[in-house]
Amino acid sequence: MIRIENLSKSFTLHNQGAALIPVMAGASLHVAPGECVGLVGQSGAGKSTLMRMVWGNYLASAGRIMVGATDVASATPRQIIALRRDGLGYVSQFLRVVPRVPTLDVVAEPLRVCGVPQDKARAQAARLLARLNIPERLWPLSPTTFSGGEQQRVNIARGFAYPYPALLLDEPTASLDAANRAVVLDLIVEAKTRGAAILGIFHDEAARAQVCDRLVDVSAFTPKAAPEAAA
Amino acid sequence: MTQPQKATEFSQSIRGAVAPLLQVAGLAKSYGARIGCTDVSFDLFPGEVLGIVGESGSGKSTLLSCLAGHQRPDQGQILYDGQDVLAMAETERRRLSRTDWAFVHQNPRDGLRMGVSAGANVGERLMAIGARHYGDIRAQATDWLGRVEIDANRIDDRPAAFSGGMQQRLQIARNLVTAPRLVFMDEPTGGLDVSVQARLLDLMRGLVRDMGLSVVIVTHDLAVVRLLAHRLMVMKSGRVVEQGLTDQVLDDPQHAYTQLLVSSVLQV
Repeated sequence: MIRIENLSKSFTLHNQGAALIPVMAGASLHVAPGECVGLVGQSGAGKSTLMRMVWGNYLASAGRIMVGATDVASATPRQIIALRRDGLGYVSQFLRVVPRVPTLDVVAEPLRVCGVPQDKARAQAARLLARLNIPERLWPLSPTTFSGGEQQRVNIARGFAYPYPALLLDEPTASLDAANRAVVLDLIVEAKTRGAAILGIFHDEAARAQVCDRLVDVSAFTPKAAPEAAA
Repeated sequence: MTQPQKATEFSQSIRGAVAPLLQVAGLAKSYGARIGCTDVSFDLFPGEVLGIVGESGSGKSTLLSCLAGHQRPDQGQILYDGQDVLAMAETERRRLSRTDWAFVHQNPRDGLRMGVSAGANVGERLMAIGARHYGDIRAQATDWLGRVEIDANRIDDRPAAFSGGMQQRLQIARNLVTAPRLVFMDEPTGGLDVSVQARLLDLMRGLVRDMGLSVVIVTHDLAVVRLLAHRLMVMKSGRVVEQGLTDQVLDDPQHAYTQLLVSSVLQV
């Protein structure tokens, strides 16, 4: 479902003397439907960079990133938008929303853009928020004022609202208590069961052991003598 | 109602099953020896929001006014729904700008008639396309005031009595009442308080999604385009220096100018 071949990436910092910083070379991996692959490697090794290239907000310098039938590395913006609509989901560590939009609608939005009617989309959003223990009295409020852990759970609910065939998870269990962590791990297992291909970063080793079928160490993709890059 | 349909239309559109609504090729406009904008080409599809960013003087407003027919470009082609806009008779282009197109100005005073009531501001655009029944016009005006969150009991007040944010929402109602397909926006959130901006952004996002609008939005506010635009075009000295998927241009900018622009934004 996700197949990365010979992917490389470098940054050119035009405003710092046009410094060319290679951060990844020869990255290859695949994730089959129903499989969860964990990216490991020390901080700065390029886990997040790889994840962002698959999402398409970082450009690949060379190589292929097949997600379903789309090569993200060479796709047009419109093809990537189409892929993100119903082909690829992403739970990032940051919740970026228009202030003032109620939490229930923030979570329902991925369904709404796929044409699911408002009542059905909200019902699904409500189920996920309840499962993730977001108190119902918070649903009409914007999540921008929520605590870090609450925002993280809203982000997870949003990421799992639509049954994407491929899913990227960036530290989904970070800053969660034991009960909510268990809910998130259940959601991941359920997504695998329905056939989702999942690529994730988990610093939480127990979580990694529980949901990941394989691990890929991205240090292997670090170019020789590369300078330290931001994570 | 028609909302899921619109979303489906957009899904088809992003899969390439639908033709572009607006096709721009080689557009250029100079003011004497000074370049307004030059060599601008892009396609805009149904339901798509294109953000144009750049500093003052980068040519983004010149481009917008050429696209909207407020200025005539020196070179290039603009096709709207397959029709050559620049070859069109003036009457035909005016008809388009009253029906299919809308223009939201930065300053609501440029887009509203300050001397007549809020209801008349909205109704006027309906009358311009032939609506004559007073009751219907008033009902639609009331409906649209509600959709932009202006209390129905303000319908007979003049815009001069409204706050800046309300005036901007009234301008949007006036523009969208004729159900246009293409909306040009020039810094629509500029000059508004941050909390008012959020309300306007939320409103615009909902309208874009539910009405399937195509939008060209010019702004210098990168936070606004991140939340609103599917694609981004970065302009400098009249030229497009970079374009692409919004979050890609903002998170991994390739051009020196875009890198400077993105790194200059204060984090909040």
